[in-house]
Amino acid sequence: MAGTSGDGPSGAGPNGGGRNGGKAIGLRVVGKPWKKVDASAKVMGETKFADDIFLPRMLHCKILRSSAPHARIVKIDTSKAEAYRGVKAVLLGKDLPIPYGILPVSQDEHPLAIEKVRMVGDPVAAVAAVDEDAATEALDLIEVEYEPLKTISSIEEALETSEPRIHDYGEYGNVHRRTAYEFGDVKAGFAEADFVREDITFYEGSTHLPLEQHASVGQFSPDGKLTLWSSTQDPHYLHRSLAKVLGLPATHIRVIATPCGGGFGGKCDPFQHEIIVSKLAMVTGRPVKICLTREEVFYCHRGRHPVLMATKTGFKRDGSITAMHHRTFLDGGSYGGHGAASTFYTGVLQPTTYTMGTYKFDAVRVFTNKAPCGPKRGHGTPQPRFAQEVQMDKIAEQLGLDPAELRKRHLVPPHSLTCNWLKIGTTSLGKCIDKVVEGARWKERFRKLPHGKGIGLACSAYMTGAGTAIYWNNMPHSGVQLKLDRSGGVCVFCGSSDIGQGSDSILAYIVAEVLGIEPFDIRVVTADTDLTPVDLGSYSSRVTLMTGNAAIQAAERARDLLAQAAAEKLEVPANRLVFADRRVVDMENPEKGMSFVDAVWLAEAKFGTLGTTGSYTPPKAPGKFKGSGVGPSPTYSYCAAVAEVDVNPETGWVKVERIWMAHGGGQAINPVLVMGQVEGSIYMGLGEAMMEEMTYRGNRNVVHKFPSFLEYKSPTTLEMCDVVTYLIEDDERETNAPFGGKEAGQGPLLPVPPAIANAVYDAVGVRIDEVPISPDKVLKAIRAKAKGQEGRYGPTHFPSCPMPEPIRVATPWEGGTGEGVKREPALAKA
Amino acid sequence: MLRLPKFRYLQPKSVEEAARMISDHGPDAMFVAGGTDLYPNMKRRQQTPKVVIGLAHLDKLRRVKGKPKEGMILGAGLTLTEVAEDRRVLRAYPVVAQAAELISTPLLRNMGTIGGNLLLDTRCNYYDQNYEWRKAIHFCMKKDGEICWVAPSSPRCWAVQSSDCAPVMVAIGAKVKLVSRDGAHVMERLIPAAELYNDDGIRHLNKRPEELLTEIHLPPTDGWRATYWKLRRRGSFDFPVLGVAACLRLAGDGTVEHAKIILGGVGSHPMEASGSEQALVGKKLTEETIQQAAAAAYPTAKPLDNTDFAMSWRKDMARYYVAGALRELAGLPSQASSSGGNGAGLRIVPG
Ligand SMILES: Cc1cc2nc3c(=O)[nH]c(=O)nc-3n(C[C@H](O)[C@H](O)[C@H](O)COP(=O)(O)OP(=O)(O)OC[C@H]3O[C@@H](n4cnc5c(N)ncnc54)[C@H](O)[C@@H]3O)c2cc1C
Ligand code: SF4
Repeated sequence: MAGTSGDGPSGAGPNGGGRNGGKAIGLRVVGKPWKKVDASAKVMGETKFADDIFLPRMLHCKILRSSAPHARIVKIDTSKAEAYRGVKAVLLGKDLPIPYGILPVSQDEHPLAIEKVRMVGDPVAAVAAVDEDAATEALDLIEVEYEPLKTISSIEEALETSEPRIHDYGEYGNVHRRTAYEFGDVKAGFAEADFVREDITFYEGSTHLPLEQHASVGQFSPDGKLTLWSSTQDPHYLHRSLAKVLGLPATHIRVIATPCGGGFGGKCDPFQHEIIVSKLAMVTGRPVKICLTREEVFYCHRGRHPVLMATKTGFKRDGSITAMHHRTFLDGGSYGGHGAASTFYTGVLQPTTYTMGTYKFDAVRVFTNKAPCGPKRGHGTPQPRFAQEVQMDKIAEQLGLDPAELRKRHLVPPHSLTCNWLKIGTTSLGKCIDKVVEGARWKERFRKLPHGKGIGLACSAYMTGAGTAIYWNNMPHSGVQLKLDRSGGVCVFCGSSDIGQGSDSILAYIVAEVLGIEPFDIRVVTADTDLTPVDLGSYSSRVTLMTGNAAIQAAERARDLLAQAAAEKLEVPANRLVFADRRVVDMENPEKGMSFVDAVWLAEAKFGTLGTTGSYTPPKAPGKFKGSGVGPSPTYSYCAAVAEVDVNPETGWVKVERIWMAHGGGQAINPVLVMGQVEGSIYMGLGEAMMEEMTYRGNRNVVHKFPSFLEYKSPTTLEMCDVVTYLIEDDERETNAPFGGKEAGQGPLLPVPPAIANAVYDAVGVRIDEVPISPDKVLKAIRAKAKGQEGRYGPTHFPSCPMPEPIRVATPWEGGTGEGVKREPALAKA
Repeated sequence: MLRLPKFRYLQPKSVEEAARMISDHGPDAMFVAGGTDLYPNMKRRQQTPKVVIGLAHLDKLRRVKGKPKEGMILGAGLTLTEVAEDRRVLRAYPVVAQAAELISTPLLRNMGTIGGNLLLDTRCNYYDQNYEWRKAIHFCMKKDGEICWVAPSSPRCWAVQSSDCAPVMVAIGAKVKLVSRDGAHVMERLIPAAELYNDDGIRHLNKRPEELLTEIHLPPTDGWRATYWKLRRRGSFDFPVLGVAACLRLAGDGTVEHAKIILGGVGSHPMEASGSEQALVGKKLTEETIQQAAAAAYPTAKPLDNTDFAMSWRKDMARYYVAGALRELAGLPSQASSSGGNGAGLRIVPG
């Protein structure tokens, strides 16, 4: 495996760089493969997950879930359950009547169904009892009478069915959202093209499959204060939802995000069970715990939307893209959730990889009686990336160009604006392509391997943090507090939640770098709404960038205090002091110095108790049109991948042998953690490409086909391909990112499915225009080709839906201002 | 977590006591060996015994006896790991070790027994679901309901025979010993493995509930050779959605004297591909005969839409897998490697 060099770019850190005008010295902590701060506890089984919490007199909660996919609740009788031994409380929808939802525009959820259920698995009643058995047994005693309603199980059915409506809000009928944009004169763009092609593709839904099932413990104190421990990615948003639904003042609620056994976007939304155990704790006055079953985790879902796409692209003989009209239909499932944002994301990032003259995009999200979709690693963007990157392969073939060359000719330049007003910072996509082309020996092997063997290339870009918060506000997105005391100890407080990606460790590395101490000298306290300043949460690949920048600010402020105090004592100017190796020294006269602890003593004596804060707010996006809040990011990461496959032409079986992935993530704060994210992304992308399917039986009450770890097929280690990872640094430091470090957790997933699809084509000459690429599809396409038909498997029909007038925005090169026809604040989240 | 319902657990000290306990408790009782099939089924309330009689501690069920020449005897309580790693089994009956090694995961093989494997409940995507899920489809004929959702007009259940060892035992002509107790009498019967199974998803075993499986009698090793090919999505964990057990005896000149081709995972019992057998007997194992035999297996496989993978593709694979198994037995290069690809999810342990 190849990797980065351990040394960072010289003099780029805030210890030296422009930020605070100090002197340049090399990075000592950043860029090195330090152990994670929570690693020892994890590997020794000492980490306490939410389900490991046991409080005195704790009750156990179980939730009765709907067995009807779409129905009115006629009657619920809980009398027998209430009388059952050990049962302390039974809750129904009427006990929690206030709706909630992660986005202000989709407040369409209730902790327990009120009047109506919308999917098999919708919570209907909850029981708290002295143990899990009693709670489980009591569920059997609850009688629910349903009056069935017509079910809606597909995009087509949702478009055709105006009544009954799953929700009584949205665009009309069962259409939840419609989004239409046109950047530049697309008609003229197509007219300018030498060729125009349209491809219809489909990307199946999939779920996160975290090893840890969601679990929560609620506790209500005699003075009316609620504490909720929960395996959540976003304690801050959960805090807000709890306050809203429980009717408690937010000041009386404390949310503690416990160590998280996997999130991947599946623990971003506030969940029913989190509110339910809180309410049960309030009602009973005893702590209440729930740990969901695996099946319930499937019902929580919020995973990848199934998306049907039609991508029409006009291009010139040299491959330059003059126009793209990209249309998407999202099967949203039964609730809004993040769906309004997901809808944007199925289009908004298309122009970030290759220069695109004009761009039009229409997206429609529908409601169906299935588990709600939402943000899964890459939130809404792996689907359109698949459509675009498979099409690029076809364009290259049509033009007789090498797909790598074609892409390289039209890269979005650094420090530019895209046609849809996204500000691109640094980019290393060209370097990434070169690296995988070299590693995979692309030039010698592409279209030259024996029948059955193939290689394919694909690229991607991804945001490093959403530029806009989920609810409108003009406060920072991330806050860090630092406490220093006379022991020399430094404690970092931040609202961010470590979901395994290592965000706690990043805080320690960055503060250690700035203060010149060791990461393990530092204590990190995170994700506790009572103790830590707000951070918006672990989503949209925002954490390293935003908490990192906030941590740099807090640490630099602390360093300034120490420097002032030390400078006085040493009688040198403060800006000559360097913090390194747990010492503060005069860089011009290194014998002159003192220990870090001594500097803290002096500073505490001089200034009183030491504490500093730092915060981060993303830069203002250049786009000013309605909806321009989704897509902008402080900076974008870039990736290129080559997949090598082995296809058995007689069975259609595809084995992915190896993936070369170059990740242009700037300066890796910790290269081992970045590689972990890259490999994990490849693994997850491989699952989506090859086998994962969140599918339902439309004709059998829309039950999930297989809500189980065994039958929901996801790769095991045996299916994992070999991986060659290259961490590619930018030529110049991305100034918006801490030490130039960009995202790593999501972007590398994106090129995996299209690279595999393109490799299958190279191997056996058939196009599989949908994922998962299962062997039956490959075999069908091979057989069709043998019969002289089109060697392709994929959707052929694209439904129609009346679209509103698009929001029209002139491109920067048309002299646009970034304004659309209308202006309103917008919401965003990845 | 899904909770196990409450039940009584009995631990007999001998085979006789086990047989007595089950006859005392009647239809409310079931045996459990490794519990890797029964306990998950109990959590999902597919099987609901009030009394569970544990066999794991019965040493008598964990022995390997006899000589290959006369036929060896495997105790039903041997774990799959023990069977897969036993040197005598590996040497004389590699196909048995191979099938056992292909089951599930190492952890489950450490718990699961060969006896439990042969008596594994049939499987179906409409049935291997928890109670609430099954309630949402108003249950099905196999448990708590009336209709078969896989074939709604059919009067029977089509749940799938999913044991990897069953087709192998049928193909090689193994026998199983069943012990029960009638009052003071201990009754024993030794029946061919083929007769243990029924073509019915519900009554899939020709065995009374109170009969205890004690031994598996493997046939004498007198020149037959056999192999087992398994189709599954992943290289571990997954049940077979097609299994091909092939057993051949060749004359000195290479003519096939005897052939058994048994398909697992594509019907409610191990299915004999008689057409394939007829295509082989009396012929030499050429590529041509193999192709004929493979084509004849196609109609035997009757997969329905109740397991992983598209059913028509599974049916297609019967041909490919039979050809692969036969080529292996003929010592011909497998198509899979000649085409440069791996077989569809297969793993072969050289026999
Ligand atoms: C995730 C998972 C994957 C699996 N994958 C596979 C697979 O790939 N292939 C496969 O073949 N199986 C698979 N299995 C099924 C199972 O693990 C094995 O079949 C195992 O061998 C069953 O043995 P056991 O001892 O655990 O059976 P148990 O669960 O103890 O018993 C199974 C049945 O046999 C009865 N029984 C057991 N022993 C006796 C006896 N001596 N006499 C009378 N009745 C008896 C029990 O009453 C019960 O009805 C899988 C199971 C799981 C949970
Ligand atoms: S085959 Fe039919 S009856 Fe049998 S388990 Fe499946 S759905 Fe039920």
